[in-house]
Amino acid sequence: MSEPGQFGLPVPPPNPNLETQRFWDATAEGRLELPRCDSCGHVVWYPRQRCDRCGSTSLTWFEASGRGTVYSCTVTRRIPGSWRKAAPFVLAYVELDEGPRLVTNIVGCDPETVHIGQAVQAVFDPTPDGPALLRFTPA
Amino acid sequence: MPPVTIRGKALIAGVYEHPGRDLPDRTLPQIHAEVAAGALADAGLTLADVDAYYSAGDAPGFGALSMAEYLGLDLTYIDDTETGGSAYLVHVQHAAAAIAAGQVKVALITLAGKPRTGGAGPGGSARFSSAPEASFENQFGMSVPGGYALAAARHMHEFGTTSEQLAEVKVAASTHAQHNPHAFLRDVVTVEEVVSSPVISDPLHRLDCCVITDGGGALVLVSEAVAASLDRHCTPVLGTGTSIKHTSGGRIDLTHTGATRSGPLAFAEAGVTPADIDYVSIYDSFTITVVITLEDLGFCGKGDGGRFVSDGALQAPGGVLPFNTDGGGLCNNHPANRGGMTKVVEAVRQLRGEANAAVQVPDCELALAHGTGGSLATRMGSATLVLGRSL
Ligand SMILES: [Zn+2]
Repeated sequence: MSEPGQFGLPVPPPNPNLETQRFWDATAEGRLELPRCDSCGHVVWYPRQRCDRCGSTSLTWFEASGRGTVYSCTVTRRIPGSWRKAAPFVLAYVELDEGPRLVTNIVGCDPETVHIGQAVQAVFDPTPDGPALLRFTPA
Repeated sequence: MPPVTIRGKALIAGVYEHPGRDLPDRTLPQIHAEVAAGALADAGLTLADVDAYYSAGDAPGFGALSMAEYLGLDLTYIDDTETGGSAYLVHVQHAAAAIAAGQVKVALITLAGKPRTGGAGPGGSARFSSAPEASFENQFGMSVPGGYALAAARHMHEFGTTSEQLAEVKVAASTHAQHNPHAFLRDVVTVEEVVSSPVISDPLHRLDCCVITDGGGALVLVSEAVAASLDRHCTPVLGTGTSIKHTSGGRIDLTHTGATRSGPLAFAEAGVTPADIDYVSIYDSFTITVVITLEDLGFCGKGDGGRFVSDGALQAPGGVLPFNTDGGGLCNNHPANRGGMTKVVEAVRQLRGEANAAVQVPDCELALAHGTGGSLATRMGSATLVLGRSL
């Protein structure tokens, strides 16, 4: 495992593909872009070139606010493998203002203070390959 | 035309749970073969009688195809459905349907794994790294306890569930496991001991988590005609239900599982309600799994699971709803990190009157077995079976 990132957590590189390259390219520039369905308006997470709600394959990328709230969170204190030295760290689901709830970490704060309902803001944690991981910090 | 039903058309004739919990001296296929032989012997049948075989992600290579060759099976039906730990209950549903349709006479289902002594099984990380969600979920230190802790934390937030209430589930399981000579953990524990054990991922403690064991199990289902030819008292499958719940484009709901749909399907097919059930085998990867599942199956109201499991409700034989009398995955056995098989095995033991004497539910007529596969409330396969002592 490579060196920890700016928040002391592992920064394992993602594997962009034809459907997700745009998302990862945006993260490298510090922007959160999401696909929105042209037919029904659904904002789809994880990013893909398909609306899981209506089946349309016509979606348009837009820049999201990066704002959200903590839907659930846990302080992981014991974990084997490459994350062992990062513990304790906050694993969370954040609900974006645009709707989706996604797996992430809450960083840049005391883990013990993170709580459900807390307002958070996206931060981009660069990986060695260029794309950045979408993490959040208290707003 | 009356509705098509598989109620009572298929019967469980043989069950087997491997007695081992550490199996360093056997290969994975050897364990599949041992449990297959055990369940067939229990039924009074042989490998030559089997015309349908079912396995899931724990089977190596081509899965059922590879294992059929290893075992020397002569098949006209095969099914590899993979929903994680619930797969073996889905297999029962599929086998019952095939038997009802006249396509299958003797169905064999096997599970085997060596997570203690042999590392991750064939369904391990290589398979999942190619999933479309992988880069969006695997970069953040997600773990199995972490995922269930997120569900537990949200349940506590919405409904006021407490760690002490979750601990009651472990206490009941340990109370049962003391009577099971094969159980991995046989010591009775208290609520205080559970909540003072080390926190793995808030709010889950070490004793909220299931055991990790080598081992396996197998089931044999037969048609009514085959059942009539056996000496074994066979257990009819009365109702079945499967439900897949996923992340729905990111609209995750951590406090409900697929049991909200698999349960009503199984109850309706069986023609019974939760109040009719004498014994339940509930998938218990973690204590929170049991609490949420009991709610979703309708044994209590949504959000009341924590209160429901308190004060010994799950303890056999006298509790309101005796559960997991073998000690469950929390204490007895969680072979291959997949708890569905042993849930069915213990339900059949209860209906046969073959549970350990101290935990045998008197006059057990109706049992429910429920499997939870994948990760709780996010990407999961739920399966529910209603089984009877007789039709
Ligand atoms: Zn759409």
